[in-house]
Amino acid sequence: MATTPTVDTDGETEEISVTEALREAMHEEMARDEDVFLQGIDVADRGGSFSVSEGLLDEFGPTRVRDTPISESAIVGTGLGAAAAGMRPVVEIMYSDFMGVAFDQIMNQVALMRYMFGGKLDIPLTIRTVDGGGFSAAAQHSKTLHSLAMHLSGIRVVAVSTPYDAKGLLKSAIRHDDPVFFFEHANVFNKKGEVPVEEYTVPLGEAAVLEEGEDVTVVATQAMLYEAMDAMEQLEGDVDVELISPRTLDPLDIDTIAASVDKTGRAVVVDETPLMAGAQGEIAAQINEEAFWRLDAPVERVGVPNVPIPFSPPLEQEVIPHSGDIVTAIRNTL
Amino acid sequence: MAESTTDVDQSLLLERMELIRRFETRVGELFADNEIPGFVHLYIGSEAVAVGACSALEESDYITSTHRGHGHALAKGLDPKKMMAELYGRTTGYCNGKGGSMHIADVDAGMLGANGIVAAGTPIGGGAALASQIRGDGDVAVSFLGDGATSNGPYHEALHLAALWDLPQIYVVENNHYGEMTSVHDQHPVSDLVKQADAYDVPGEIVNGQDVEEMYEASQEAVERARDGDGPTVIEAKTYRYKGHYEGDPQWYKENEDLPDWRTADPVETYSEKLIDAGVISEDEYEELGESIEKELDEAVEFAKDSPLPEPDAAYEGLYAEEL
Repeated sequence: MATTPTVDTDGETEEISVTEALREAMHEEMARDEDVFLQGIDVADRGGSFSVSEGLLDEFGPTRVRDTPISESAIVGTGLGAAAAGMRPVVEIMYSDFMGVAFDQIMNQVALMRYMFGGKLDIPLTIRTVDGGGFSAAAQHSKTLHSLAMHLSGIRVVAVSTPYDAKGLLKSAIRHDDPVFFFEHANVFNKKGEVPVEEYTVPLGEAAVLEEGEDVTVVATQAMLYEAMDAMEQLEGDVDVELISPRTLDPLDIDTIAASVDKTGRAVVVDETPLMAGAQGEIAAQINEEAFWRLDAPVERVGVPNVPIPFSPPLEQEVIPHSGDIVTAIRNTL
Repeated sequence: MAESTTDVDQSLLLERMELIRRFETRVGELFADNEIPGFVHLYIGSEAVAVGACSALEESDYITSTHRGHGHALAKGLDPKKMMAELYGRTTGYCNGKGGSMHIADVDAGMLGANGIVAAGTPIGGGAALASQIRGDGDVAVSFLGDGATSNGPYHEALHLAALWDLPQIYVVENNHYGEMTSVHDQHPVSDLVKQADAYDVPGEIVNGQDVEEMYEASQEAVERARDGDGPTVIEAKTYRYKGHYEGDPQWYKENEDLPDWRTADPVETYSEKLIDAGVISEDEYEELGESIEKELDEAVEFAKDSPLPEPDAAYEGLYAEEL
């Protein structure tokens, strides 16, 4: 598997994992702003199911790092109420699959409160959650649901791939005055990469061009970025791929993507959400709107077919996209 | 009857109830005249609940409300003019015409919104209470909910969490005997909804929701408990929904004998009689109060009608604090 894309930075860097990057972001933001607090299931003593919040309890204490009961509506709803009352909460939904339990609070409350109240209050709430399959966790613990969040006006949606983006974007999300849904993919937690030692943030709403190329634009999210990098290696010397990580899905930086398609004339969109009404379709539609007359081939989509994620490894590996699927999609555009 | 058991300004309690009663009556008429778009859910009959509870609060305290929220908003001190303008969908309304009846909010006044989703305000109120607890600023949050909402999950999650964390939150269950168009008896296995509080080891109390002073006393006690760090309270206010679920609801489901029984305990009429009998106000003063509220409502309607409708482009405003 390819390594994480390198970071252009003048300063000193350290190599850390996505998990460590998220943890550093939480540490730094809690240290700089006492209105920031974290709550969720097992986030304090256990440090979160994926160890992201390890150490936060020791440093910031149980008032600001709060283990909740298994009550997703209350976790999100009290986060919302606290945000409306001027705090800057970070709430964790252990797996994105559990969004369903809290979905009224997400869809009808978090997303709408500012707008329906006439735009008169800020909701600086960050909802962190994990999505992605590949662990034989079966259909209730493996979904990738950021498309569902993208559908909701009023919530920003972030889905990151690299340690650099994870740290910089989580810090931006926490400082942001609107609700941000922050999707952490289970398959990228262990990815390592260079991250500046100095304080930095990555702005919401800006895609990153990670590799420049002439033949085809590949837009890839979360773990699919690494599959796309594998695909690029397989095609090296044959197809010159331009690789883009959208980083923020709502808003989508279509300008950067369309500028790339203007150059290459071809596009493949790779995302682990189901293809039906998935993020791939939205990105493809916007490419059509912005760069149709430069396209030399239809935009290709790669995603999960419209079935639940199955349990048994060969079944699961069948439905989750891999580099081979991306190679096929790239060849389809040529 | 005439004895004063309360430290609260009784005239103010009556004034607030009169305002709600007359505001709601006026809204019902305006709605029937097709002046107000959408649909409205009126609070008539339950004025004592909102006024009793909110009179126990400071301005910096929070409330969350229901889809039947006009009474709570007025009791928390919101301006009838800006409420009326919101009902008319005008730019001068509390939500600039984006919310309407079911979403009136004024965060500066601690009113975190009427809510079109049953029980949804309860965790939000819990969050305001949590913020207050973390900061140690002593504010409390009252979450109003209807009897129907007690069968909805978020209420139980919110109450469970508030009990676990001793959040300074008060749940006022308005048992008005109908959830949408079904009788409370057909929706709940328990006759007293306050029993649910036992499951969370939360103090619960049944209050005559037609008696504003009783409602105030119970709320005051709950507020003190919350401010002292002793956690939430559930108050079940037994009250009655005079009107339908929504205006225009033919109310085929109501038993005919129900309404007269409850009307004999009308919260506004009985309280005005009590205060007149006790000499707190004279009949003349009470009449003047009614006239002055009607004048205020005339002005509110005029203000609403004279206010501009939003420009269509305003539909795209106010969604985000930060444009990206």
